[in-house]
Parts: sequence; structure tokens; C-alpha cells
Amino acid sequence: MIFLRRQVPLLITLITGIVFAAQYYVPHPASEQMLTSVTKWLQIIGGFALVLGVSSLFQVHAVKIRRKEAGWGYSFVLYVSMLGTIAVGFWSNGKEAVDGAMTAFGWIYNFMMVPLQGTMFAILAFFIASAAYRSFRARSREAAVLLIAAVIVMMGRVPLGEYLIPISGDLSQWILNVLNASVRRAILIGVSLGTVALSIKIIFGMERSYLGGGKE
Amino acid sequence: MAIEIIIGAWVATGLTLFIFTFLYKDNPLFKLAENLYVGVSVGYTIIKTYDTVVVQLIWRPIVENGEWALLVPVAIGMLMLTRYVPKAAWISRYAFAFIVGVGSGLAIPRTISSFILKQIEDTVRPLLTLVPGEGVTFTWSLLNPSSSLNTIIILIGVSSVLFYFFFSVEHTGPGKVVARTGIIFLMIAFGAAFGYTVMARMSLLIGRLTDLIEFTDPSYGRPSFWLAGLTILMLVVMARRSSSKQSKEEEK
Repeated sequence: MIFLRRQVPLLITLITGIVFAAQYYVPHPASEQMLTSVTKWLQIIGGFALVLGVSSLFQVHAVKIRRKEAGWGYSFVLYVSMLGTIAVGFWSNGKEAVDGAMTAFGWIYNFMMVPLQGTMFAILAFFIASAAYRSFRARSREAAVLLIAAVIVMMGRVPLGEYLIPISGDLSQWILNVLNASVRRAILIGVSLGTVALSIKIIFGMERSYLGGGKE
Repeated sequence: MAIEIIIGAWVATGLTLFIFTFLYKDNPLFKLAENLYVGVSVGYTIIKTYDTVVVQLIWRPIVENGEWALLVPVAIGMLMLTRYVPKAAWISRYAFAFIVGVGSGLAIPRTISSFILKQIEDTVRPLLTLVPGEGVTFTWSLLNPSSSLNTIIILIGVSSVLFYFFFSVEHTGPGKVVARTGIIFLMIAFGAAFGYTVMARMSLLIGRLTDLIEFTDPSYGRPSFWLAGLTILMLVVMARRSSSKQSKEEEK
């Protein structure tokens, strides 16, 4: 049984890992076709992963409503809005517009989801500003450098900033395209080396946490 | 104007104002809008995933083109759902093993090629440029990211930041200078990222305020004015209720 529970999953990982790593070095139409197919397969399997996540959300809020815990009314709102959107989505065949005309699903997207999402992220502007006021004071040389770079980039991205400090536009572009790019590049190289190392560990069974705990 | 657009304007204005009430303090109006947002977003994602995965990737290819091989990923996906049956939960490992194996296999050569070798190639560039007729030149322009001067700055930046994150060598002596240079580069990049994020959020805020201004138009029935008044009124009533409740508790 341990063979089925533990060894077979490791074997699947080993074989698929080696096959798809090797695929990159085989410039044959069949190899390309295999890559196209597996990309589609991963999308399909990912859809089932969503079922797992959503069912967990359903369960958490269902328990809250059933036990009438504090704030259960909000869970009810969440349930109703979710089921309502799903029902309207099915009714509109998942399309926001048909022949240029907005469907009911498109209405939910345009007049509920977009304003809610936009405003939710927009209020972060206020909190970022207040957090910046509290934490951005130039307490050290490094903090001063961070503060100056942030101010230059902010000034350089609005007409008023460029009007007040004419050089801020060019300076902002230089910071973003050269200094920022060099740091991003270094971080990307570091992260990529880590990704490759982790992938090799996974393929050869040294990293097994993705199999989860539980019985062997 | 179409009635659904007018109703939409009222709903969008109301929800926008409800979210903005959080700037005053956490309150039931915000919580209502917040949960509505989660519900609508999850519902939207479910429908979009259903349309993309079930309809476009499974149903149509199988029914219209007879691509029966697609039943294999469906079967693998179904294995994931065995998580709900405690005794059979281990079967879901096969699905995870497949996803992780394929993902790791695909990642290795592509990450090396696109993110390691390509980035190093772009970093280690010739410091001098050979211009026909002019010979070897050194370009000083800061505004041109590919100028010789910027090439040197990028090389210094990448090397020093990589060294800063290299902990196998103690950062002392010349190493300390390199690591300090890396920190300065990092701080500039964090500052730039912060400034960029703030401006992106500001842009979203301007978008929402533009909508609120547009919805003050009489053709929509001026929802921004009416609902702003109503929202403020509700906040005042709720604040009074909570203060009277608090004073009653204190009396007890």
C-alpha cells in the first residue's frame, strides 16, 4: 500500500519532470504538440483545483450562517451575491456582451465588480500615504535614499511634478529603466536559481511537501 | 438613457461610497460592500472558469472534434476531489504529483534560458560601442538605457545586489563596500516601486472620483449627491446608536 500511496506519486513526478524537461531540447513537431496538449491539460486540472478552493469558502460561511455566529449576515450577503452571480452568469452563457449589447452578467461586471474592485484598491492610496508618513521619515541614510527615489518617481509621473521639478521626468525614467531594472534583474536571477534548484529537488524526490502529510 | 444604465449608475455609486466609508472607520456599510465584493468576484471567477475550462477546453473539443484524450486530464482533475473522502484522500496525490512534476520539468530549461542566461546576457554587454566611421566610442547619455555609462551602472547594480544576497562569504573589507552598494541599489529600487505603486493607486482613485462626478449628472438622477447624503446620514445614525449603547452600558 505504501508503494501506491508514496512511491507511485514520486514516480509520476520523476517521469513527468524528466519528460517535460527533455521536451525543451527536442525540436520535433510531436514534441511541440505534446507541450501544447499538456498546457491545455494543466488548465483543465487547474479548474478542478478551483472547486477545492471554492468549496472551502462555501463551507466556512455555511458554518457561520448555520451557527448564527457574529457577522453571519455578511456571510449571507456573500452567499447570495455569489450564487446570484453564478445564476446570472449561467443565464448569460458566461458572456458579458452579445452582439455589442450588455448582458445581465456584463451589468454585474461593469456596475458591481469594477467599481468595487477599483474603489477597494483606490482606498489603499490613502493608507499607503499615511503609512509612508509614519515610516518614511529619513531615520537613516538608506531610508533617505528610499524616500528620495520614491519622491522623484512620484513627481516624474504627473504633469504637476514635472512642472515643479522639470528634471523629475527624465530622472524618474532613469531610475526606473536603469537602477530599478538592475535590481529587478539581480532579484530575478536569484529567484530563478532558487526555482531551478527546487524543481530539481522535487523531480528527484528530495522535496515532498507537495504530497501533504497524513498516513504513508 | 437606458434604465439598466441608470440603475447601474446608482448601484456603482452606492457601492463606491460604501467602500469609501472605511476612511472614516470600519462600519457595517463597508462590511456589506466588502462581502458583496468577495461574493461577486468568486461567482464571476466560477463562471469564467466554467466557460473557459468546461465549455471551451472540455465539452466543445470532445463533442465537436472528438478529442477523447481530454478525458485524461478530466480524470486527473477528478482525482483531486478525492480529498473529500478521508479514506481515499491519498489518491489526490497522483493529481498533485502530475501537476508538480510537469510544472517542475517545464520550469527548469525555460527558467535557465529566459531568466538566468538571458538576464546575464543583457547585463554583460560590451562597454564600448563600435560606430562605423567613428571607431570605438563611449556613450555618456543617461537617458539612453543602453548607453555605455548605463551599461556600467547596470553591471555594478546587478553584481552588488547579487553579492548582498550571497551569504556564503562574510561581508567584511571590500565585500562590505560591495554589499553596501547593493543595499543602496535595493533602496532606490524599493523607493521607485513604492512611488510607482502610490501613483497607480492614485490613478485608480481618480478613476473612481471621475465616475462619481459623472454620476452627478441629472440624466442619471444625480445618484452621487443623493447617495452621498444618505451614506452620511446612515453613518451619523450608526455613530449615535453606538454612542448611546455605550453610555447605557457605562450606566449599568
